[in-house]
Amino acid sequence: MALDSKIPQGEMDKKWTDYKGHVKLVNPANKRKLEVIVVGTGLAGASAAASLGELGYKVKAFCFQDSPRRAHSIAAQGGINAAKNYQNDGDSVFRLFYDTVKGGDYRAREANVHRLAEVSAAIIDQCVAQGVPFAREYGGLLSNRSFGGTQVQRTFYAAGQTGQQLLLGAYSALERQVALGNVTQYSRHEMLDVVMVDGKARGIIARDLVTGKLERHFGHAVLLCTGGYGNVFYLSTNAMGSNVTAAWKAHKKGAYFGNPCFTQIHPTCIPVSGDHQSKLTLMSESLRNDGRIWVPKKQNDNRKPNEIPEEERDYYLERRYPAFGNLVPRDVASRAAKERCDAGYGVGSSKQAVYLDYSDAIKRYGRIEAGKKGIVNADEATVIALGKEVVAEKYGNLFDMYEKITGENPYEVPMRIYPAVHYTMGGLWVDYELMTTVPGLYALGEANFSDHGANRLGASALMQGLADGYFVIPYTLGNYLADEIRTASIPTSHPAFEETEKAVSERINKLMSIKGTQTVESFHKRLGKIMWDKCGMARNAQGLQEAITEIQQLKKEFWSDVRIPGAIDEMNPELDKAGRVADFIELGELMCRDALLRNESCGGHFREESQTEDGEAKRDDANYSYVAAWEFKGESDWQLHKEDLTFEIVKPTQRSYK
Amino acid sequence: MEHYTMNLTLKVWKQKNSSSQGAFETYQVKDISSEMSFLEMFDVLNEQLIRDGKDPIAFDHDCREGICGMCSMYINGQAHGPWAKNTTCQLHMRAFKDGDTIVVEPWRAAAFPVIKDLVVDRTAFDRIIQAGGYISVNTGNAVDANAIPIDKKDADDAFMAAACIGCGACVATCKNGSAMLFVSAKVSQLALLPQGEPERDTRVLNMVAQMDKEGFGNCTNTYACEAECPKGISVANIARMNREYLRAGLKAD
Repeated sequence: MALDSKIPQGEMDKKWTDYKGHVKLVNPANKRKLEVIVVGTGLAGASAAASLGELGYKVKAFCFQDSPRRAHSIAAQGGINAAKNYQNDGDSVFRLFYDTVKGGDYRAREANVHRLAEVSAAIIDQCVAQGVPFAREYGGLLSNRSFGGTQVQRTFYAAGQTGQQLLLGAYSALERQVALGNVTQYSRHEMLDVVMVDGKARGIIARDLVTGKLERHFGHAVLLCTGGYGNVFYLSTNAMGSNVTAAWKAHKKGAYFGNPCFTQIHPTCIPVSGDHQSKLTLMSESLRNDGRIWVPKKQNDNRKPNEIPEEERDYYLERRYPAFGNLVPRDVASRAAKERCDAGYGVGSSKQAVYLDYSDAIKRYGRIEAGKKGIVNADEATVIALGKEVVAEKYGNLFDMYEKITGENPYEVPMRIYPAVHYTMGGLWVDYELMTTVPGLYALGEANFSDHGANRLGASALMQGLADGYFVIPYTLGNYLADEIRTASIPTSHPAFEETEKAVSERINKLMSIKGTQTVESFHKRLGKIMWDKCGMARNAQGLQEAITEIQQLKKEFWSDVRIPGAIDEMNPELDKAGRVADFIELGELMCRDALLRNESCGGHFREESQTEDGEAKRDDANYSYVAAWEFKGESDWQLHKEDLTFEIVKPTQRSYK
Repeated sequence: MEHYTMNLTLKVWKQKNSSSQGAFETYQVKDISSEMSFLEMFDVLNEQLIRDGKDPIAFDHDCREGICGMCSMYINGQAHGPWAKNTTCQLHMRAFKDGDTIVVEPWRAAAFPVIKDLVVDRTAFDRIIQAGGYISVNTGNAVDANAIPIDKKDADDAFMAAACIGCGACVATCKNGSAMLFVSAKVSQLALLPQGEPERDTRVLNMVAQMDKEGFGNCTNTYACEAECPKGISVANIARMNREYLRAGLKAD
């Protein structure tokens, strides 16, 4: 099937307006007859389900957590971008668009990114109207801060809990629709397959995670808002339950997978402390606003950080990238940290960490506060005490979290940080309308591939999730459903539902019947190690080829030796996890294949074979300026389709943050 | 920070499902690192149980960074364990020492029935939010975000209340099984903001009515909820909700 991205004709800044002006509409009486399934209740899912419910569609919203409010968007810390230009510092829709395309290292689709930038301002308006308590200045107006990869202040935030506040806003809108009867909520439910009728997505098979029962649900359309797949690496900043299963089932039913190898490794996470580690914790990128990153100038320096004098510290980001300094994009900052640690300059017991130091910021803020309070010639202790208060107000929850995990006080000693898997830019391929290659099946938010290219800028995930859910899908879904008003609800006794449920049930039975010797967790850890070592921050052809073989081997072993305790017809978290890990194993292979094929470096995808003399990522636009969209053909068998990327506005250049 | 390992005895509540009787089971875990999180210690135990052909312990958890509100263990008589302003997932094993016995129970409250082992049903919280924990603004109806300036103190107070993670520790801790801290946090957040004004009265009346209907107990001002809240939600919110309730009730009459 040829890919049609359905990008509207016309000038870049008119496309979305024109699209909205001409898109098909569904009248209110017909909306009441149309059913929509939304899987996942993070920012994209909750905002989509709420907005579609408001429009009058009959919506069913599914999540595997015990409440929609717990979806992992809740954990996003730093903020959300919007081209409001409230700071009068030169921001505009164009600049947000430009920064995002450039930040994505010219591997995103321009038209989608422009639309994202266009609707960004309305997101902030909507959230404030819902009662989201963003940070404000004393004059009562909204406050902004900077994030990586930009030179303006366009990030709105609520302390280090922006994702929580935005999700609770979307969740409250969703619960209101539940109360009004427009949305039915299914928590502790996991989608296990898409049901296809006559080539269109017409429903899902879901498992009630409390009773273990399989359920059939019909929908005229199915929206996957199921997040990213960073947990393929086992260790990541994702929640323990975050998984690829819904997207993977869709992939196996015909939805192409776009750029699966594009993974974001976030530079500022708390380092691994031992083999017991179950997940990694992010320290918000906002910390790079004020913190300075450094390592000792001497290799294997075992002194405590506070014993290392200023002149013996290497502030390597400021040294290498004077224009952006500590605020270079995430991919650049992560690779720079890895480079220093690999060269023997790492710190801490593992030597796989760098310092993020707040002592300068504490003093700087302290002096400003002393000035505000009219304290003349404040002594150092006063300055530091005042500065700590300011830092606590801005980043207190993050500092507390760091202290709980490490037992060290970051107000006194620099934090130790190291990059960790955080986000996946890749995802289900979607067209301009967010529809996958399966008619009636959509992917929103992190689950799709479209807006962030090969690297996502900080504070843009929240923006994209909410843009897709609040402001894109309510329009684009109508364009499809307008032709479905004559389709009566299909009873779930239809053979397609029966067959799909049977296949799901057989797979579960098969998993349970293996009764092997190794735990699900042990397989997941092994998969994660292969992925991190060979498809992580740096990749090369040989490693990727090895990884593919190892993953195929692991898959065989999994299906012959996994041990799952308990029964099917009860709450069984090990069984839930087994299904997810089985899907991660298959995805891992595809990611390695995609990374192997893309013999260029771009954004978060760093092929060692393709770098500049000073170790920066080197793109190859002549050969790789496309989206790799993979079609599933059978076990370990995929066909590549290419969506060529054309850049009308932002001319690709070698990205420079120097 | 010095790291060490420890051997522990765990007494954990096991309950097959909501209709069965539960009981404590005793487990031994060895060589637990002080750097582990409490849930990682449970991971180690569960891996051991699965390898031994035994039934692992079901517990709720997801983000493991103290924000999703999913984890919910009652540890040695304290919701989320011994550390103040902390969730179970952020509790680390350096809080314990070699030879300790740790008792772990689910949240216990009439409105939170046990589903399995340490997992409870907290959907009552969703239904309370459905009763009015929102501002009725459909997508697309908003005015410019800076059109209504908000006093920084009100915005900050609203944020402090909005920081609630809905874990239910307040209910589990309260001898009456009251949900006043949870409900009042949402009522306060929205009452403090000008956007919440139009529905201010109906919101508090409806949310309190739903809270009572769900079988949560009454508040007798012990403040245990505030002491155990992982996010430090203040009981001042309860006082505010009582004022809001009285005000709305008087107007309604």
